[in-house]
Order: sequence, then C-alpha cells, then structure tokens
Amino acid sequence: MTRRERFLYFFYLHRTGLTVSALTLALAVYPPLWGNPYLLGVTNQIALYAIVVLGLNLFIGYAGQISLGHAAFFALGAYGSALLSGEAGVTPWLALALAVLAASGVALLVGIPTLRLHGHYLAMATLGFNLVVYLVLMQWDKMTGGPSGYAGIQPLALGDFAFASDLRLHYLVWGVALLCLTLALNLVRSGVGRGLAAVAGDEVAAAACGVDTRAAKVKVFVLSAAFAALAGGLYAHGFGFVSPETFGIFASVDFVAMVVVGGLGSVWGSLFGVALLTCLPEWIDRFESYKEIVHGAILVGVLMFLPQGLVTGLVDLARVRLARWKARHA
Amino acid sequence: MLELRGICRNFGGLAALSEVSFRAAAGEVTALIGPNGAGKSTLINCATGVDRPDAGEVLLGGIAITGQPAHRVAGLGVARTFQNLRLFPRLSVLDNVLCGLTVAAGRSLLGALLRPPALRDRERRLRLRALAALDRFNLTALADWPVGVLAYGDRKRVELARAVVGEPRLLLLDEPVAGLNATETAAVGAEIRRLRAQGYSVLLVEHDMELVMGVADRVVVLDGGRCIAQGTPAEVRRNPLVLEAYLGKTSLVA
Repeated sequence: MTRRERFLYFFYLHRTGLTVSALTLALAVYPPLWGNPYLLGVTNQIALYAIVVLGLNLFIGYAGQISLGHAAFFALGAYGSALLSGEAGVTPWLALALAVLAASGVALLVGIPTLRLHGHYLAMATLGFNLVVYLVLMQWDKMTGGPSGYAGIQPLALGDFAFASDLRLHYLVWGVALLCLTLALNLVRSGVGRGLAAVAGDEVAAAACGVDTRAAKVKVFVLSAAFAALAGGLYAHGFGFVSPETFGIFASVDFVAMVVVGGLGSVWGSLFGVALLTCLPEWIDRFESYKEIVHGAILVGVLMFLPQGLVTGLVDLARVRLARWKARHA
Repeated sequence: MLELRGICRNFGGLAALSEVSFRAAAGEVTALIGPNGAGKSTLINCATGVDRPDAGEVLLGGIAITGQPAHRVAGLGVARTFQNLRLFPRLSVLDNVLCGLTVAAGRSLLGALLRPPALRDRERRLRLRALAALDRFNLTALADWPVGVLAYGDRKRVELARAVVGEPRLLLLDEPVAGLNATETAAVGAEIRRLRAQGYSVLLVEHDMELVMGVADRVVVLDGGRCIAQGTPAEVRRNPLVLEAYLGKTSLVA
C-alpha cells in the first residue's frame, strides 16, 4: 500500500470513531465561540431529545417495533428524579440513577406482556401506557403538583459546580448524548445489533439464525426506556421545572416523527431528525401554532416518498446506485 | 445426527403427520421427498422448533430437543434455509450472511454496548468468515448490495451462504432449487456434494427428483403425513408405494 492508500484505509477503518470525535470537538468548542443563550437553549433541547430518539430508533428502526409511549418513560425519569431529590432528600445524581433504574423496571414489566403484540396492537398498548402515566401525573397533585407542574428541582452538581446555566448544561447534556450515541453505534455494529435488524426483517428467519426474538425485543425496549428516562432526569434537573404537558402522547408522536424523518435504523439519522424537527419551529416564527400540522405533513411526505426515512432512504438509494455502478464497471 | 421418533402433528382434526420416524445419519445427505401436502414442511418445522409436535421425539446427536424454541435449536448447530426465501431485505448481502453467525457473535447486550477489544476482534474474525462464505458462493461482487434488489437466484445463494457460514452440525435445505433453472440447479447439486465431502450432515427437502437421486445417500418418502418408504435412491425408485404416490394408482411399472 502506498502512504496515501494507508491513510485512506485508516480513515475507512476508523470512520465511526473519527466522526464521533469530530462531532465531540465541534460541540466542545462551539459555545465559547458562537454560543448565545438562545442558541444554547435550542441545542440543549436537541441533545435531550436526541438521547430519547437514539434509544427509540434502536427499538423502532432497528428492531422494527413501534412505541407511541416513550414520552411516558421520559416522564418517569423526569418526575422520578425530581421527586426523589425534592421529596425524599436523595442527592440529584443518585436520584437520577434510581429513576433510570425504576423506569427500566417499569419497561420490563410493561414490555414482557405487550411485546407479544405486533403493529397496531403494540402501538395501542404503548399509547395506553402513556395515557396512564400522563393521568397519574395530572391527578396525583399532592406529589406531582398536577397540571401546574413541579418546580424547584435541584440542579445536578459536582461539588460546588452546579450545572445550572445554559453553558454548563450544554457540556453535561451533550456529554451524555455523545455517550449514548457511542453506545448505540457500538450496539448496531455487533452481533446483537444485527440480531435486532434480523428480528425487524423476519422473525422466523431470525430465530432460525439463533436470535431469541422475544428476549431481544424486551431487552431493546428496556434499553430505549432507560435512555428516555435518563434524558428525562437531565431535563428535570437541567431546567428545574417539569409539567405534564411535556410528556403527553403528542410528545411520543413527535419522538416517533423524529425517528422516521431521520431514518429508520440510522443512528446518525436520529440526530438529524431531532435537529430538524426541533429547529423548524425556531426558524419559522409563525410555525409554532401550526407545529402539529407541519410535523404531520413532514411525516406523511417522508413516509410516501422515502418510507425508510430521509437519511436511511437516501443512503439506501446511494448504496444501490453505487453497487450498480461498481457492477457495471467491474 | 437427527433422529425423529413417532412424530405426530394435528391441525384441528387433520393429521398432518402421523407416526413419522426416520434418521438422518451424520456425514450423509438424507433427502425427504413427497408430493405436495405430504407434510414435509410441517416435519421440518417440528424438527427445528418453529412448530411443536403433538407427540414423538426429536433427537439431535442423541439428545432430545423436542419442543425447544427455534433459537435454541439453532444454538445447538442446526442451520436451515427456507422454501420461500426468508432473508433480511434491508440488510446488505454481507450482513445477511453475518446474521448466520449470530450464535458465534455472543448475545450479551451489555458487551455489545461497550464493545470491548475482545468483541472488536471477534467481529473482525466473523467478518472474515462471512467474506470467505461469500467467496465460496460467488457473491463477493454483491457483498454491499441490499438483498432486496438482487435476482432470485442470487438471493437463493445468499440464503445458502447464511446457513453454511456457521458450520452447522446439521444443515436443513428446504427446496434449495425451487425456481432455479437447470444450470443453477446443477450448481446447487455440486455444492451439496461438496458439503457432503467436507463432512456436513444434510437433510434435503426437495421436489426435483433428478437432484435428489443424484446427491442423496438415503431417501425418505412421505405421503399423506406418513412415512411410506425409506432407503437408498435406487431402492426407493423401485418401491411400488412411491410410484403410486407420485404417479397415481396405475398398473404401469416404470
């Protein structure tokens, strides 16, 4: 190999790690250079939603299942961590960890019976679960503050260094988001990840290849719930306030829209989907009031023309074109 | 290698299989033949854990595996292909073949999330094995193609590669040449003989008599859910029950 080939091969071999590193670097240097509170507020929100959507994409995009209830796990993480630190006097970090564990436990209990269902039935079951959690948050006002929300949540802190400002929060939430990104990328490049893709493709064939389909589905459901709960906890401690609005079924639908727009089964696409759907209302002022309509229109458009999602659909197209081209010129 | 003892399977009041017993010996090609509706697919499903027999025993290498779920049977070294192709259409050819190495890839979710160096090494080794399998089935040029866009014959080869790549103890081929032309059929026949020469145990379900008679060491004939004959290809070919099952009741003797 010539030096140039070796150089290119190195890039090819480490493409994933290098891309993650480049993204990390960009995110580390951008706040001091260009950051203003408004922009940081938007990117922090992108990071939090990205954590949820990365997990959800493993469940929907890779394993081929559907959940219209992930806002409920987001809520369990947020309220769980807020209440544990506010009412039970647990330190915020421990409260966050316990809330994530508890939400994972709930996901296990919900997942074992519901993941026997497919398609519409699974969508309805998870939607129902989200409604139940939403109602509890609204009605149990002694604990949760009901519709007016729960305020005064302690920020996460390292000693005296509290993650309270937008800038400090930026490093915390993007740190966690990049960690989750790395975990997701690791998973999809492993045999376990291929097993999930196999389950999405054909369950009988997946089982014949040695994938325990039921266990695989439950595991990835619990994992995605843990991601959502983690994001919820960060949200609660980061903004100091939670209210049920944030965790209704429309939030769940938005998460699914982000997965689909970004690309089913594309980890990088998840980031793109979150960024696009979070930024759209910011770019267009009057958009806010028509948010649901525009989200719906985008979802329908993507599903009609690129059913695999924008990123995955375009990548698939490019791959087929490239393969055809290679075959012609071979 | 595989032994079936008195397998019965009823769907409602209909007996799809009744008292079927036979053995597929290690290192041999055993062919399972029979007219449409004879119960071949049901038998395969019962043997691989996709379906559960109502009575009888399935033994793999002398150990009972009756009623075990399909993924566990696969874990014990049984790989199969399907009558109507069951590939993962969105995955590339290489990833489809890598799915055949699921058992070797490990099943720890935590390990997969953390990707320790050992796992990285293992992934590389599995990739090499998959590439070797692609080479063997002449699929190297198609490695990056999504399987969904391939021609039928190529997809059949991908499925075969996926089944063989894990070096299974028992290979179950469910109509591997259905829908293939004469040249492709001959190639599959040659491949089966090569597998046998390498010591694989193969259970072949097939309609194509020429292929069966050419590659099988033993032939088992099913009709109406019963095992009506078994023996070497030459013996089965002369068996009047078999002729009757295939040609209908007739006084003519071929």
